[in-house]
Amino acid sequence: MKQTKSYLSKTVEQLKPSGIRRFFDLASSMEGVVSLGVGEPDFVTPWTVREAAILSLEEGFTSYTANAGLLELRQGISSYLENSFQAVYAPESEIVVTVGASQAIDLALRAILDPGDEVLVIEPCFVSYSPLVTLAGGTPIPVQTKKENDFKIDPADLEKEISKRTKAILLCSPNNPTGTMLNKQELEQVGRLAEKHDLLVISDEIYAELVYDETYTSMAAIPGMRERTILISGFSKGFAMTGWRLGYVCAPEDIAASILKIHQYAMMCAPTMAQHAALEALKTGTLDVIDMRKSYRRRRNYLINSFNELGLDCHNPGGAFYAFPSIQSTGLSSEEFAEKLLLEEKVAVVPGSVFGESGEGFIRCSYASSLEQLQEAVKRIKHFLDNNR
Amino acid sequence: MLLTDKEIEIVEILERDSRISNEDLAAMAGLEIEETNAAIKKLEDLKVIVRYSSIVDWSKIDGHEGVTAMIDVKVTPKRGVGFDEVAKRIYRFKEVKSVYLMSGAYDLSVIIEGRSMNEVARFVSQKLSTLDSVLSTTTHFILKKYKHDGTIFEQGEEDKRIVVSP
Repeated sequence: MKQTKSYLSKTVEQLKPSGIRRFFDLASSMEGVVSLGVGEPDFVTPWTVREAAILSLEEGFTSYTANAGLLELRQGISSYLENSFQAVYAPESEIVVTVGASQAIDLALRAILDPGDEVLVIEPCFVSYSPLVTLAGGTPIPVQTKKENDFKIDPADLEKEISKRTKAILLCSPNNPTGTMLNKQELEQVGRLAEKHDLLVISDEIYAELVYDETYTSMAAIPGMRERTILISGFSKGFAMTGWRLGYVCAPEDIAASILKIHQYAMMCAPTMAQHAALEALKTGTLDVIDMRKSYRRRRNYLINSFNELGLDCHNPGGAFYAFPSIQSTGLSSEEFAEKLLLEEKVAVVPGSVFGESGEGFIRCSYASSLEQLQEAVKRIKHFLDNNR
Repeated sequence: MLLTDKEIEIVEILERDSRISNEDLAAMAGLEIEETNAAIKKLEDLKVIVRYSSIVDWSKIDGHEGVTAMIDVKVTPKRGVGFDEVAKRIYRFKEVKSVYLMSGAYDLSVIIEGRSMNEVARFVSQKLSTLDSVLSTTTHFILKKYKHDGTIFEQGEEDKRIVVSP
C-alpha cells in the first residue's frame, strides 16, 4: 500500500513508550536471569479459586453477565470492602466489575475528564497512569514525592500544582514502585486539599491486602471523602489472580453510572469465568491471603535488611511487594545501574526512572520471589557493587 | 505456655525451613541476631521445637526398600489411664513412627515403617494384635506419597511469570 500520510493518532504517537519494555526484551533474551523485576505475586492462584472457575465452566457459565458484573459478586465486593476497610458501596449502583484494575483506572479517567482537565499524578507511580490520563483527553501533572519523606505525599507540594483546571488527584497506596503506604492522617491531609479545592481522588487500592505493619485505611473511609473518591481495586495482587484480569471500581452513583456507560459500550462485561473465580476468592481465598501476606512480610524484612547492609539505602515499605533502594552511592543512573546489573550479574530489576522523575536514583526490586531467589540476587548484587564502587 | 508473636514467627519460619541461617531468620522476623539465638535456645529447651528433620523422597533412591502402613487400631481403654497406657506400649516399638489418638470409628492411628510388607505384617500379627487391649487392627499400605507435611513431592509448578512486568 502506498502510504501518503500517517494514519496513526497523534496522541498515541506522542505517548512515550514504557521504559519497562526494553528491560523485558533484554532480560527475556538471556538465560539464568534472577528476576526481581516482576510486578506480580509469585504464588499461583489458590486452588479453591481455580477449582471454582473450572466448575463454573463445567456448569456452562459461559455467557455474558450484567454489564456491571454478577450481582452476587458485587454484593460480595460490597461486604468485603465494608468489613475489611469500612468503605461502604451499594452493590446495585456503585460498583462496576472491570477487566483488571487497569481498566478500572481507564474508565474512571474517561468518565470524569474533558479535554484540558488536569489530573495530579503522584509519582513515582505505576507506568500507565499518565498515559491513561492523556488518552482520556486530560493532562497529567506529575507531583513528586521524596525519599526523605519515605515517598509520602507532601501536602504543600501537592497544593502547589493545583490549578483551576485540576479535576482529580490520582494516587496509589500501598504504592507501586515504592511500597509506601499512606496512613489515616496522611490520607486525611490529601482529603482536606481535595475538599478545599473541590477535587476528586482516584485511589488505587490494589495492594490494600498486602500491608505489613500498620492497618490499612481506605480513602473512601476518610470522613467526607466517600463522595469524592473513586476507589480502584481488584483481585490481582492480594489474591494472586493477575492473569484473570479482574478488578472493580467503586464510586458515588452518578460517577459509577458514567463509568458503566463507557464499560457497556467498550467492554460489555468482565470475563464470566473470572467473575466466578473472584466470587470464590472472596468466600474462601482470604485464608490464603493471610499466608501470602506473612510470606511477603518475611521476605520484605530480609530484602530491605540486605539492601541496607549492602549500603543501598532503602526505606521500610509498609505494603505491596517492592523494595525501592537508592543506588545513588554508585554514581550510576538508575537505567545504567539496571542495565549493567542485568548484563554483568544477570539480575533483572526495574530502573526507578520509568516510574517518574522522582524515581531516578532508585531501582524497583520485587520480593515476590522465593527466599532462595532473593538470596541469590543479593549475592549477585553484592558482587556487582564490589566491582562498581 | 504462651509464646510471643516473634517466637511464633520464628517457629513458623523454622517449620518450613529448618536449615535457614540464624542471620537470615533474624532478618525475616525483624529481630536482632542475639534475640533470635536466645529465642531459638528457649524454644529448644522448652521442647516447642522438638527436632529438626528433613522431608526425604525415598522413592527416588534406587535400591531403597521400605513400606509404610497406616493401621487403624481399636483398643479397650483402661480405667484410670484411658488410652495412654496402651499408646505407650505401642509407641515404644521402634518400627512405630507415629501414634495418634483419633476420634471416630477407631481409637489409635499407628504408622509403621518396615523394609517389606512381610515385615510389617509380621509386626502387626505378632506384636500389635497380641497386645491385651487391642481389639482389632486394619492395615493400609501406602502406595505412593503425593504430598507430605504440606509439601508436594512432584513439583510441576515452575515460575510461569514473564521476567519483567510493571
